[in-house]
Amino acid sequence: MALLEVVDVAKEFPGVRALDGVSFALRPGEVHALVGENGAGKSTLIKVLTGVYQPDGGELRYRDEPVRFGTPMDAQRAGISTIYQEVNLIPLMSVAHNLFLGREPRTRLGLLDEGRMYREAGEILRRYGVTTDVRRQLGTLALGAQQMVALARAVMIDAKVVIMDEPTSSLEPREVETLFGVIRDLHAQGIGIVYVSHRLDELYRICDTVTILRDGRVVHTGKLAELERIRLVSLMLGRDMSAVRREGFTGFTGEHATAADAAPVLEVTGLTSRHKLHDIGFAVRPGEVVGLGGLLGAGRSETIKAIGGAYPVDSGTVAVGGKELKRPTTVRAVRAGIATQPEDRKAEGIVPGLSVRENIALAVLPRLSRFGLVSDRKIDEIVRTYMDRLQIKASGPDQRVGDLSGGNQQKVLLARLLATRPRVLLLDEPTRGIDVGAKAEVQSLIDELAGEGLGVVLVSSDAEELIEGADRVVVLRDGAVVGELRGADVTTEALLETIAAAAVVEDSGDQ
Amino acid sequence: MTPMVSDPEAPAAAVAADVRRAERTDRVVSLVQRQGALAVLVVVVLVATASFPNFRSFDNAATVLVAAAPLALIALGMTFVIITGGIDLSVGSLYVLGGVVSAYASQWGVLPAFLAPLVICGLVGVLNGILIAYTRMAPFIVTLAALLGARGLMRAISDEGSTTYLVQSDAFRSFGTGSFLGIGYPVWLVVVVFALGMVLLARTRFGHSVYAVGGSEDAAALMGVAVRRTKVWVYVMSGLLAGLAGAINAAKLGSGVTVLGIGLELDAIAAVVIGGTLLTGGAGTITGTIAGVLLLGVIQNMINQVGNVPSSYQQLISGGFLAVVVVAQTYLAKLRRVT
Amino acid sequence: MTSESVATRPGVDLARIKAWLPAYGVYAAIVLLVLYNVAFTPNFLAWGNLRIQLIQVAPVVIVALGMALVIGTEGIDLSVGSVMALAAALIPLYLGYGVIAAILISLIAGVLVGLVNGTLVARVGLQPIVATLALFVGGRGLALVISGGQLKDIGNDDLIFLGSGDFLGLPMLVWIAALLVLVVAFIVRRTVFGRRLLAIGGNRPATELAGVPVKRVLITVYVICSVLASIAGLLAVARIQSSDASAVGLLIELSAITAVVVGGTPLTGGRVRVLGTVAGALLMQLVVATMIKHNLPSSSTEMVQAAIILIAVYAARERKSR
Repeated sequence: MALLEVVDVAKEFPGVRALDGVSFALRPGEVHALVGENGAGKSTLIKVLTGVYQPDGGELRYRDEPVRFGTPMDAQRAGISTIYQEVNLIPLMSVAHNLFLGREPRTRLGLLDEGRMYREAGEILRRYGVTTDVRRQLGTLALGAQQMVALARAVMIDAKVVIMDEPTSSLEPREVETLFGVIRDLHAQGIGIVYVSHRLDELYRICDTVTILRDGRVVHTGKLAELERIRLVSLMLGRDMSAVRREGFTGFTGEHATAADAAPVLEVTGLTSRHKLHDIGFAVRPGEVVGLGGLLGAGRSETIKAIGGAYPVDSGTVAVGGKELKRPTTVRAVRAGIATQPEDRKAEGIVPGLSVRENIALAVLPRLSRFGLVSDRKIDEIVRTYMDRLQIKASGPDQRVGDLSGGNQQKVLLARLLATRPRVLLLDEPTRGIDVGAKAEVQSLIDELAGEGLGVVLVSSDAEELIEGADRVVVLRDGAVVGELRGADVTTEALLETIAAAAVVEDSGDQ
Repeated sequence: MTPMVSDPEAPAAAVAADVRRAERTDRVVSLVQRQGALAVLVVVVLVATASFPNFRSFDNAATVLVAAAPLALIALGMTFVIITGGIDLSVGSLYVLGGVVSAYASQWGVLPAFLAPLVICGLVGVLNGILIAYTRMAPFIVTLAALLGARGLMRAISDEGSTTYLVQSDAFRSFGTGSFLGIGYPVWLVVVVFALGMVLLARTRFGHSVYAVGGSEDAAALMGVAVRRTKVWVYVMSGLLAGLAGAINAAKLGSGVTVLGIGLELDAIAAVVIGGTLLTGGAGTITGTIAGVLLLGVIQNMINQVGNVPSSYQQLISGGFLAVVVVAQTYLAKLRRVT
Repeated sequence: MTSESVATRPGVDLARIKAWLPAYGVYAAIVLLVLYNVAFTPNFLAWGNLRIQLIQVAPVVIVALGMALVIGTEGIDLSVGSVMALAAALIPLYLGYGVIAAILISLIAGVLVGLVNGTLVARVGLQPIVATLALFVGGRGLALVISGGQLKDIGNDDLIFLGSGDFLGLPMLVWIAALLVLVVAFIVRRTVFGRRLLAIGGNRPATELAGVPVKRVLITVYVICSVLASIAGLLAVARIQSSDASAVGLLIELSAITAVVVGGTPLTGGRVRVLGTVAGALLMQLVVATMIKHNLPSSSTEMVQAAIILIAVYAARERKSR
């Protein structure tokens, strides 16, 4: 008997098929791991389960009855609680008020019984290892404690199903143990748990079953204990042969000619940021593509942003062409020749309301102007050059970037970066969410740019893209470098092994 | 083994000390945030008492309170609105409208003189609330339109402001001028309304939805708070209180004066913000608002005591207070986040 | 994360109307109103009448230009009226040193206010509405303190010429306003600064990542807005030939915001319609004038203004959310 089940569910967004015939079943008392890289469809599936999205096709069943959750509240009332990665509570309210919001104990007069509320909140939270004063503002607690409050709240409302999205991403080791204790309790009470995480050691410690999603489809489901780590990672990251047949291999052509003794164009040393990055260092030579490998949350995006001056670091240095950047800011980084393509194209990349022309010219306006007046002739020249070179498909330079397809938006963004004539290109998931044709074009462009002598840092969740695109791969885990693949070792197998092996090391180091 | 990447385990005692220090900082900062205005008020009152012999007289205190009554009511409504993260610019106009309507309705007796402004200003509040909650237009712009609309309505009723309705009901008039235990009735009314407001905000589910909506609208919705209904209600309350303030003023002055109230909405916002309520929403107290209102009132009174100082200093000082308070709040908030 | 529609859209026509309305609705409304007045209002086209309308709308236009720039960065500036008062209060104090000196001093006051506003917004990180509220309250207080709360008559002919004189048959005020419109339109369209400003309003994190000195641009925007307000302030003094810090610029922030919004500049930033802003100010002026000419009570004009604001914002909202 399944507690919560989806059968053959499909969900489509304009241009993307986020879920394609996905079936998933959660049994009572089961801890079910749901894994997959970004864009695999995990979060879409969670949103279908919790009433945020309505599926386009297929069926949602709860306790063997077909159901329809119109809103997240419907799902919650039915007993499906979700703990999001970003804590979804009210930071400015007290811990106790967050715990009880909407269900506060009341006196006979209908007023809140604050004394009772504080007392009960304290008792409940102690079971979750939170001993702080419950009158404190939630936002002043450590993230781990906030996560525990969210969990306590989720369980309090008679949950039958608890969905946990990366619950340990901000927890200290001690807090992880407390969380696992709570999960075992819930398990014993027959509550079903969907556990989303990329920390393999955690999955193997706490989960019974696993479902692996990739490209919107289920690629494996079964007992976790029967699945080898390496196999799990390869199922998550590798692309199956049918997808390769359908989409072709990557647009990369192979090695780049790099003089092994050339002076590095980018040198990163000792990059450290509290809780996120620990002593990250690597170098990139001109014409070299260095991949940053690792699972989600390993610190790849933070590293990219820190180099680009957009993420605060406590210590560490970034040098371009041997010259160290003083107090890196985005302005100084761009001036030094670092161009950053952020992971989130919509939030941090394009300016959707402006035209293709304005978007491409944005970073180089001073060069295309005299006395602060822009020269449309020069801008048009540059815009035409890059629209041609990157084959940007738009009705013209004046079209709003927000109206373009994802692939073309990405190309506009790349055009903006290239227009700055960078020496170092930082690419964070350059081919995510763009169509197959554009993907191959972007990949061959990366090759071409490296050929011209740029240093490229490439982050990708697509193992093939990383392996075929990069000359060297630096593997990160939990914000630290755990390995590096060079030369003949740059293979999918070696990458997966390093990622999986790192987890094993951590396992034994945990004792 | 070596590649331990999570934070090095600190000795338990040091961790506990860290936690205690963080909690202590947090309590101090929180106290300053919530009660800073009250402390400043106490200091200012002490200074005034020491400097001006007339200040400490009972009569003068009563004068300060009566003068502050309308602003206090408007600021109370504004506190609720601002805690939800909104703003209500229409209250100054509604205050004048309420006064005119009240004076006009006083010909039918005391009850209509109170009820008519409440109904009309409450309806404007409903309109504000519905537009803000359901069309998701910015509160700033919706209530700006309401400011103009309410002013137009007031002028339409008063023949373009040329007719000043006199209060017809003696009972209503005596409410405005009479006193109990030496303190004017309006002040007693304000005290009662504030007491109710405090209970509503601090001790009911509605009050906590107000905080939740302002703290994080999305999270509040996910936690089951009726976000839109809460928003409509705070604008209704704000309208009602502005109407009530108008009625009180009509009773006090004996007529519905048509030229008051310009900029009163911004005075109210200033009082609320000085009182420690965050304009970004999610936090604030009514005691803070009381302190903010009284602070503005006492400063005005002190300036009057000095005599030859122009009253314009009051605006300068409130502006200065406001700047200091908002900047201080930003840094206090940063301080809390670090701990 | 609703992605923009990439697929072909049915109902393109409806979408086009929705996009058209906030952008050009204001011009259409002006044309209709002018036609109506030409047909039904006696002496509407009389030069004397048009002249008065233009003189009255000029200060609003000048202040609204700066407001449009600020709103283009997704900000707001409530302090413009107080800046006008401040400029007005400073003029008589320094007129003794010559017109140029007096004008310079009041412009410098504008720069200082703008620096404070801009620093609070860009560096301290306050919401624009809060940051500018402090100077809204305190600025006028300062102006009143400077002027001693007194109304001061201005006898300087050069200054009066700016406010009341004519040049080539048009009031100087109108010339100055027109010149400033051209300057601001030029800034928005032709300068690096203008394009950066729009990018900040459209997506601040992205603009920062592109290496644009966002804070510096923001501070400059607030300085420009305050300087324009102080120009409007000294012109107001020149026109009424006296300086009254308690009355100059009262409530002009509301008229300016209205003109900008009605002119089709979205409050969400990323776009500035300079000519639309001028048209927005003209439309509001025309509405008032029309209603006065037809003996409609001024109370109804306020209600009509309220309705126009709501329609303009609602229309813009529809386009944005699509």
